[in-house]
Amino acid sequence: MLYREAGQFKTSYAADQAVFPLREDRVGLVLTLLVAFIVVPVFANDFFLASIMIPFLIFACATIGLNILTGYAGQLSLGTGAFMGVGAYAAYKLTTFFPEANIILLVVVSGVFSAGIGIVFGLPSLRIKGLYLAVTTLAAQFFLEWCFIRIPWLYNYNASGAIEVPQREAFGVIACGPAADPLTRYFIVLCVTLAITFLMKNVIRGHIGRSWMMIRDMDIAAELIGIRPLYAKLSAFAVSSYICGVAGAMMVFFWLGAAEPSAFSISLSFQILFMAILGGLGSLMGSYFGAAFLWILPVLLRFTLPGLGIDIGAETVQHLTFMITGALIIFFLIAEPHGLARLWQIGKEKLRVWPFPYG
Amino acid sequence: MMLKKLALGAAFVAMTGMAAEAFAQESLYIPLLTYRTGPFAGSGIPIANGMSDYLTMLNERDGGIGGVKLTIEECETGYDTQKGVECYEGTKGNGALVYNPYSTGITLQLIPKASVDKVPILSMAYGLSAAAEGDTFPWVFNPPATYWDGLSAIIKDIGEREGGLDNLQGKKIGYIFLDAGYGREPIPLLEQLAENYGFEVTQYPVPGKEMQNQSSQWLNVRRDNPDYMIMWGWGAMNPTAVKEATKIRYPMDKFYGVWWSGGDDDARAGGAQANGYRTLNFHGTGADYPALADIKEHVVDAGKSQVEGDKFGENLYNRGVYNSVLIAEAIRTAQEMTGKDVINAEDMRAGLENLDITEERIKEMGLEGFMRPVKVSCEDHSGHHEVYVQEWDGQTWVPASDWFSPMTDVVSPLLEAAAEEYVKSNAPWPERQVECASGS
Repeated sequence: MLYREAGQFKTSYAADQAVFPLREDRVGLVLTLLVAFIVVPVFANDFFLASIMIPFLIFACATIGLNILTGYAGQLSLGTGAFMGVGAYAAYKLTTFFPEANIILLVVVSGVFSAGIGIVFGLPSLRIKGLYLAVTTLAAQFFLEWCFIRIPWLYNYNASGAIEVPQREAFGVIACGPAADPLTRYFIVLCVTLAITFLMKNVIRGHIGRSWMMIRDMDIAAELIGIRPLYAKLSAFAVSSYICGVAGAMMVFFWLGAAEPSAFSISLSFQILFMAILGGLGSLMGSYFGAAFLWILPVLLRFTLPGLGIDIGAETVQHLTFMITGALIIFFLIAEPHGLARLWQIGKEKLRVWPFPYG
Repeated sequence: MMLKKLALGAAFVAMTGMAAEAFAQESLYIPLLTYRTGPFAGSGIPIANGMSDYLTMLNERDGGIGGVKLTIEECETGYDTQKGVECYEGTKGNGALVYNPYSTGITLQLIPKASVDKVPILSMAYGLSAAAEGDTFPWVFNPPATYWDGLSAIIKDIGEREGGLDNLQGKKIGYIFLDAGYGREPIPLLEQLAENYGFEVTQYPVPGKEMQNQSSQWLNVRRDNPDYMIMWGWGAMNPTAVKEATKIRYPMDKFYGVWWSGGDDDARAGGAQANGYRTLNFHGTGADYPALADIKEHVVDAGKSQVEGDKFGENLYNRGVYNSVLIAEAIRTAQEMTGKDVINAEDMRAGLENLDITEERIKEMGLEGFMRPVKVSCEDHSGHHEVYVQEWDGQTWVPASDWFSPMTDVVSPLLEAAAEEYVKSNAPWPERQVECASGS
């Protein structure tokens, strides 16, 4: 009743091929953007911005990156954490060399280094597939992590082995470093993540995205009808690593403020992979759902369980958070193995015919 | 569908709103960043118990400090830097007086934030050694001694056993460390000392993930056969290292640990062969102090503590107590200086800077013999206080040396240089904005 296409006629090709052909979806999008750009900044406190929204957006961005590779191009990767690390270390070195440069620009450029590394480690994908490819990306993960620890040049010979974000400006505002306002950092992360999402949505609809999906669905058939696996697979690796690299750079510069190599360990790769699987492989929307579910939920549980007036120890809260989140993951994956995005889609389909499902 | 969403949304809003409300009363709010879970819990639990028990005891026995109750809230970090920062962000809005990160990684993250948020950090004998330079790091305190003091003290003790530091020439000293900010912190000094005294250093990094599997490192130790071993370990790394050392029959009396490697459980893991294992310390062990008896009476026996009966008074538990003594005394100092009962974080900073725990005060607290006087000054946020070496006798730790000073003359200039280096690599580092708080 509220959500249906009846009466919305498309009179041009442009209208027919719009990203959101339904008026209700467009309204929903505008409302969501309003919430993100106005409601959240006005009402949220620093904790909500710095510990919930900023990491959520960064994880969503990284999940989109992995989703390009695993969800759209079908190449299973366990090296996401390391690719994020490459972006972070590249941004750190860039800002060391060019302290005056706009930090947002450097963060965006740092993804290029990550893309380069991604292409190199994507080469084996031309020969090996599936779980075997996962093992070679795992090698990338360990090798790059080793580099972060053992090449002191990467962290400017810092005695602690960590990279610490200096204060940097963008457009005359302090954008990162300890003095940066969480609101500024939130806006930067929000804009970068949204820009990437928008760009990817259109790339996926175009011939590049279609070639990725053809490779994913059946690579031999795709090759027979003229898709070159070399370009398709390596471009997927490049784009995916680029996005992950930007996400990693944002993670260090706009969220953590400093990072040890262990921040980019295999557990980060798994975290992102679970976000992609739980959210829904092959869905940009799902990347946001997955990131929200696996990041926001545990944080909220951790900080609200004690607030409910139940007197339990801090470590019990931790255990409870693990248990509740774990149980919910199992529940959702049983309810819908294709992830939260699929649930969302089913919901929308049901809404279209509501309240007369048999009409 | 819509209804469900609405209900979810409402619950979400209610939940986020609630978290902020809890602490607005007249109390002194002290968040404790602890870890009772994860691979570092073995070391984290006794510390957490000691810290919270001493503060709880002050609440129960004296009604707080200066008549104001303490609100103690633990936040679980799991020794994870991200979670630690999250705990910091989540609790600082409640009027936190001071942070005890209990992880060098978390400390490094919080140091730049401290001067912006104006909340002091008390990284008691851990964290960034250079933070002892009060002029560069006005918001960070690391009494009673820094890692570099600790390392120099170990070298000094080794030198004494060899009959003078000059006899270290040509010796080989192995350094096994947790490959994280914590373990890497003393390396610059170790290399400097090796150059000064002509000994050779072999390094054995233990990655955080491999803490419980050190056989390859100890295989190398057996091959290199260093004359002495020094360990910078924490959590599950300590008991594993002690066990591995006994396995390769390394002479335990030549195996030194920093103060954080001196948990009772750490040494116990080596069984009877671990006798003679030496670690540094800066406070007493055991429960034979009036203040600890008070903790037993008011907290442990009243069921307000999580400590297991036989772990009460162990080394790391007492370390937690020592940490809380510093917090409590700094609060008291701040109250005296400002004349206010309910102090804020900036007063707390002044209190920490004028911390002066004298012999009389130690007696008054019921901790005679437990600790040495501690004095912090505006320029020197550590004090480089005396330490002693203790030895494991199979049951408990026994002092194996008198209290002695670390090589302050060697360490101080290096600390200054390190602080300068830090400022340079973190430019623009803010100039000292807060004045030296003068004691009353």
